[in-house]
Amino acid sequence: MSKASEAPETPSGTAEVPDTRLDRAAESQEKITGEIRAVEDAYRAGREAGAPEETGPRLDYPPYRSTLLRHPTKSLVHADPETIELFSPVFGERDVHPLEADLTIQHNGEPIGERITVRGRVVDGDGRPVRRQLVEVWQANAAGRYMHKRDQHPAPLDPNFTGVGRMLTDDDGWYEFQSVKPGPYPWKNHFKAWRPAHIHFSLFGREFTQRVVTQMYFPGDPLFPLDPIFQTIPDAAARERLIATYDHDITTHEWATGYRWDIVLTGSRRTVFEQDRPEEGDDE
Amino acid sequence: MSDLRPTPGQTVGPFFGYALPFERGPELVEPGTPGAIRLHGVVRDGAGTPIPDAVIEIWGAAPDGSVVQRSGGLLRDGTFTGWGRAETDAEGNYWFRTLEPGATAEGGAPFFAVVVFARGLPDRLFTRAYLPTPARETDPFLSGLGERRRTLEVQREPDGSLRFDIRLQGEDETVFLDFVEAARA
Ligand SMILES: [Fe+2]
Repeated sequence: MSKASEAPETPSGTAEVPDTRLDRAAESQEKITGEIRAVEDAYRAGREAGAPEETGPRLDYPPYRSTLLRHPTKSLVHADPETIELFSPVFGERDVHPLEADLTIQHNGEPIGERITVRGRVVDGDGRPVRRQLVEVWQANAAGRYMHKRDQHPAPLDPNFTGVGRMLTDDDGWYEFQSVKPGPYPWKNHFKAWRPAHIHFSLFGREFTQRVVTQMYFPGDPLFPLDPIFQTIPDAAARERLIATYDHDITTHEWATGYRWDIVLTGSRRTVFEQDRPEEGDDE
Repeated sequence: MSDLRPTPGQTVGPFFGYALPFERGPELVEPGTPGAIRLHGVVRDGAGTPIPDAVIEIWGAAPDGSVVQRSGGLLRDGTFTGWGRAETDAEGNYWFRTLEPGATAEGGAPFFAVVVFARGLPDRLFTRAYLPTPARETDPFLSGLGERRRTLEVQREPDGSLRFDIRLQGEDETVFLDFVEAARA
């Protein structure tokens, strides 16, 4: 795993335009890991030289091959949010049934796997709770297989596990759901590419500008340094923010282990409108 | 502002199709609703190839310019909530049936706020789909974009539908927005 070592099976001179075909998995982990480290090293050197901190992922991140034709090449244009962007769609009790937060009871039997409870708080960039807002989650089963027609990984489907949940945060921004721990799964970015176990999250804030889709990971996963999706975030501290912590206070007696994962959305800009909230208030 | 750093985004991945899309997600209004329009387009990559695994969400004001703050967006029980979600099909097409948003301020140029997610896209992209209105011609934000403003301009098709193509990369790359940096500036 030394950084200097070249992957011998990779023809040199082809690095300019890597093959992005999904069924092509010829490149070695060593090559991908080398690219991952090169990006991070350059980022660290830049930081030491005064470059700004990057809090999120790079859109242009060559080790994740599918980004090559899908990342914008022009800079994002700075925009002041206009009125509509300073509000978020509203979801309520009629949109989400409380039982949708339990991914282990959607079928007749119990899913196979380690039962887990995941709990955390959603706040905005000023630390204010995001109240009564929609959280959507989806994940692979304990064997690392998604209930999705495009997932061809030959691991077993679990007839008792779909892996989709929805919930609303409470009045203090807390969410909680029950599930089983997802397994890692292979993908076709390169030869022996395996994703660390993760749960996908979709979140709305108080403003449309805070909309985010992300992934929660589990502590201590040995696949972290090898995974070009986790590593799209070049800042090590920022990557840490995607890793849940084991929390014995959330663990339940003889039932499930507990994980805590708090989520911070980008800064809120609607403060000035706080007094002008619509009087209907039917989001309460 | 505070010192809290945001939780980074991650790609929506390839396997959202059984999770994020929901029944009648693209249908913000029932067929035959007065004023109902079809907003549609193709999402393409840097090679011009349609992207079959993207998710598009729109968020728009009501026709009178008010911001709808009513629940029911996942329920589709006839309540217009201004928000919709569509996944692209095998040919990269998405579509919504909705109402044309009004201007939220006097003389403003009405637009749909749009967010794009896709496999191979490590974070969401925000953009705006501006309706074909006279106000659009003098909108200061659009004017500041020069030639690239065209990528944010919805076209009215001969059949009356509204077309908004999204290009993630390339010559006619859509203008994508950064609100956070603007907030810090
Ligand atoms: Fe995944």
